Amino acid sequence: MQHSTLTTEQVRALIARGKFRDTLFQAIGIIFLAIGLLVIFLLVGDMVIRGSERLNLDFFMNFASRRAANAGILSAWVGSLLVMTVTAFAAVPLGVAAGVYLEEYAKRNWVTEIIEINITNLAAVPSIVYGLLSLGIFVYAFGFGQSILTAGLTLALLILPIVIVSTREAIRAIPAMIREGSMAVGATRWQTCRYHIIPYAMPGILTGVIIGLARAIGETAPIITIGALTFIAFLPPAPFTEVSTGVNAGLFDWLMSPFTVMPIQIFNWTSRPDPAFEINAAAAGFVLMVMVLSMNGIAIWLRYKMRKNIKW
Amino acid sequence: MSANNASDLPTVSDRLAKNAMRNVSERLIEALLFCAAAVSVLTTIGIVYVLVSESINFFQNVSIVDFLTDTQWTPLFDDAHFGIMVLVSGTVVSSAVALAVAIPMGTVIAIYLSEFAKPKLREVAKPVLELLGGIPTIVFGYFALLMVTPLLQKIMPELPGFSLLSAGLVMGIMIVPYIASLSEDAMRAVPMSLREGSYAMGATKLYTAIHVVVPAAFSGLAASYILAVSRAVGETMILAVAAGMQPNLTWNPTEPAATITSYIVQVALGDLPHGSIGYQTIFAAGLTLILITLCFNILGQWLRRKFRENY
Repeated sequence: MQHSTLTTEQVRALIARGKFRDTLFQAIGIIFLAIGLLVIFLLVGDMVIRGSERLNLDFFMNFASRRAANAGILSAWVGSLLVMTVTAFAAVPLGVAAGVYLEEYAKRNWVTEIIEINITNLAAVPSIVYGLLSLGIFVYAFGFGQSILTAGLTLALLILPIVIVSTREAIRAIPAMIREGSMAVGATRWQTCRYHIIPYAMPGILTGVIIGLARAIGETAPIITIGALTFIAFLPPAPFTEVSTGVNAGLFDWLMSPFTVMPIQIFNWTSRPDPAFEINAAAAGFVLMVMVLSMNGIAIWLRYKMRKNIKW
Repeated sequence: MSANNASDLPTVSDRLAKNAMRNVSERLIEALLFCAAAVSVLTTIGIVYVLVSESINFFQNVSIVDFLTDTQWTPLFDDAHFGIMVLVSGTVVSSAVALAVAIPMGTVIAIYLSEFAKPKLREVAKPVLELLGGIPTIVFGYFALLMVTPLLQKIMPELPGFSLLSAGLVMGIMIVPYIASLSEDAMRAVPMSLREGSYAMGATKLYTAIHVVVPAAFSGLAASYILAVSRAVGETMILAVAAGMQPNLTWNPTEPAATITSYIVQVALGDLPHGSIGYQTIFAAGLTLILITLCFNILGQWLRRKFRENY
């Protein structure tokens, strides 16, 4: 090494080169970040421009049709809504209960360890594999068929790890003194959870649930795998309405109805050779994006609010 | 409540009886909560059971050697061939393209956000990246087919309408947020004293980031890359929409090809009778997919253990 022979000019040149590289790297970083932002804008922008002529009330109130101009997303958005209802009713109680168990009850032993490792691994399982699981179990072994119930339960299993992890994180942030205070006045473990832990963890749990549902509403592969139909021109039977002469639908008949959802409708339209359907795909894609982005937006806002407000 | 009247108060034995009931219900609730936690284990058992049992039926009809070495995949033709390598090649090529985009981009964004960016920018950038990661894959598929492919065709006129390249590129963009967010967390966990030591020696920010922070956070970076591989291998809709669905044994990204996942979608779209050989192929394909993901996860665990740094 010969630094002693460096002249002041050389040292300055070295520093300048180092600073230049720093600046260059920062520029690259900003460019890459901008690409991400650009993709979001391009996506939304393209869909709005391409799909604008279809984005009217008729589009929401019409069934799928062989003629692109008459086709709408009524059965798709109703289907998505109903499937999400089933998913939420299955995933929220299960996920919250599992999270509470792991944080408040579980002893540190090998059973708990297996459950924890398992949840981490499930989060990395490709979503289409959940479709195969539910094709084998729900569709054929349980005989639920290609119904709203099957789809809802499939997506519930898919988002369960998200709900469990967010519940655990929210619970972990609650200081021990809350539990001690509650137990000191004679509450049992469950009463402590029921009246203190779960209510205080609610914003965090809610954030996880919304993020999970936003993921579920955009999932296509598992629902196609269970064999959902792509062309549906009717709605699931509403409770207590007449489905055929003299027969009224029961309260839960819609659970067993065939269905379609938004992503499948988009997939169906993008895979048709007729370019007129691209406009429909763009419009439906925009509607789906608005749903997903607003759900994610609410979750991010909730988390931000939470970080600001909570001071134990 | 007035305590004046002594007869209003429950007797001691009444209170103890209530307590006994309380214990029973507490136990019951604990058992219920445990069952909820056990559902995740049941899910795993269910996945393994379904994939393995259907695959066993499949391998009674098709020899495992044919499955691994045949160069054709035509399970639904009269002259049926079951060479899984055809689908694996599509998966490998598209994942390679995706990772070639996602790993450099994700890592640079992570280094930038953790080492260079001001806290304000970071607070804005992370949610934006999260939004990007939350976009449904079917929308990305639409983007790949109707925007990226025409754009690429302007540069490469001979590119077909469906290609692994455009699907892979968009898949890469989709994966960037996962890598960026996980790597950034790992780098921020590196203690400040290491950076200060490096700065004190006269190192620049970039030199510190590359030679001190990245090696220290390597186990976290490796974990994020492994997750990215799982995402790429398991990604379905982008490929089903933009890469075409015809089986094609190729290592050339500018060709259309089916992947393991897009084959499953293609079969599920048709109407295959339960128990037929075509029905069984999708479970054999699914098993292959899970095994590939599993291999990478084990590799990831090993990398993490080997390069874990403790401070």
